[in-house]
Amino acid sequence: MCLAIPGKVMSIENRYDGKVKFAKVSFDGLIKEASLELLPDVQINDYVLIHVGVAISKIDEQEAEKVFQYLRESGDLEELEPNHAL
Amino acid sequence: MKYLQEFADETLVKEGIEKIRSLIKHPWKIMEVCGGQTHSFVKYGLLDLLPKTLQLIHGPGCPVCVTPSSIIDLAVELAQQPQFILCSFGDMLRVPGTTMSLLEAKSRGADVRILYSPLEAIKIAKENPLKEVVFFAVGFETTAPANGLSVKQAHREGVKNYSLLSAHVLVPPAMEAILNDSEAKVDGFLAAGHVCTIMGYDDYEPIAYNYHVPIVVSGFEPLDLIHGLYRTIYLLENKSNIVENAYARVVTKAGNRTAQALLLEVFEPCDRYWRGIGLIPNSGLKINKTYQEYDAFHKFSLQIESAKENTECIAGDILKGIKKPFDCKHFGKKCTPLFPLGAPMVSNEGACAAYYNYAKI
Ligand code: SF4
Repeated sequence: MCLAIPGKVMSIENRYDGKVKFAKVSFDGLIKEASLELLPDVQINDYVLIHVGVAISKIDEQEAEKVFQYLRESGDLEELEPNHAL
Repeated sequence: MKYLQEFADETLVKEGIEKIRSLIKHPWKIMEVCGGQTHSFVKYGLLDLLPKTLQLIHGPGCPVCVTPSSIIDLAVELAQQPQFILCSFGDMLRVPGTTMSLLEAKSRGADVRILYSPLEAIKIAKENPLKEVVFFAVGFETTAPANGLSVKQAHREGVKNYSLLSAHVLVPPAMEAILNDSEAKVDGFLAAGHVCTIMGYDDYEPIAYNYHVPIVVSGFEPLDLIHGLYRTIYLLENKSNIVENAYARVVTKAGNRTAQALLLEVFEPCDRYWRGIGLIPNSGLKINKTYQEYDAFHKFSLQIESAKENTECIAGDILKGIKKPFDCKHFGKKCTPLFPLGAPMVSNEGACAAYYNYAKI
């Protein structure tokens, strides 16, 4: 639950009269929605750390791939689909 | 099960450990604050490879584990009433309260839902206008902003049937509580990287200064941990009690200012009881007056009873570094991840569960 998982921003959508941005983020192909409210300057194709559905920091591509690989190796990605884990 | 040989950075990790061996001159006790770090140390067998003069103390760094059973009882009580939908993160469901866990309540028919994100709860609230949707919000400073966002979003959308049962905990007050405990002797800390992603590390500077302990911001992968330990030992050997960032790839000194502003907007500090440690002043976050209508405690007049924790569990001694999980007579016998007696056996990030799952006995 404390994990932040790296993903790539595929598209960005403005909501609430343009005040809040949401993104479709790809976790190696698994697409999930994330709020960009805490990281408003993110652009399409940026790599971000997503924590429980919210982008919390920008990271570079190399770091993103390394961390993702690590989480996959250690079997920690299941929290992306929590109902499959139980 | 994973051991170091399966890990890509094996050679680098081994080199790092050799560097630690030649650097270390005195016996040191270093506490890793984050449960994710504890998990990696045990899972990758790093504890066996480190010099014996270095003692790692597994800190309280698992928000699920330190949530007192009295708050879980409140969540269970709400969940059992037909007008409620109780949502939380998956980890939280297995944690036993005094009578049962949320998972047991669910199996007895309560509407308990596991969410990946608190923002999903708003959608559930909109789809179920006649129900009260409560998100049982646990987490450190990493998670509190996301949980706070759900409150802001509910407010923005005019959703009235949503509230947060906030059991958030804060890291720096817990570090101070441990340093103030005369039995716990911690020489230095590895600070939790993801907490600092949000908060930066300014808050640690007065702690390092006042208690004469170096604090090194560290990641949670094996190589990051070894690097963080190396830097902490270097500072200890050189009597340099400063805060250092060994995770600059992800963490900046200032942290995420937008997230910090959101925390101030939605929450305020409160005293919090930590399972295994006790009451720590100003170590929790509750919803402030502005957003009171989204505070489940306020909305449903809930009171936290003083917690009666299991007295057979020696979690407090483990968190203080006085004992190891193996020293507990219930470890792996009466107490297992499926039937945890105490906090550190509860979630994967707890010290007892990490030893149970990965350590070779
Ligand atoms: S093994 Fe169980 S009872 Fe013993 S200290 Fe750990 S959590 Fe408590």
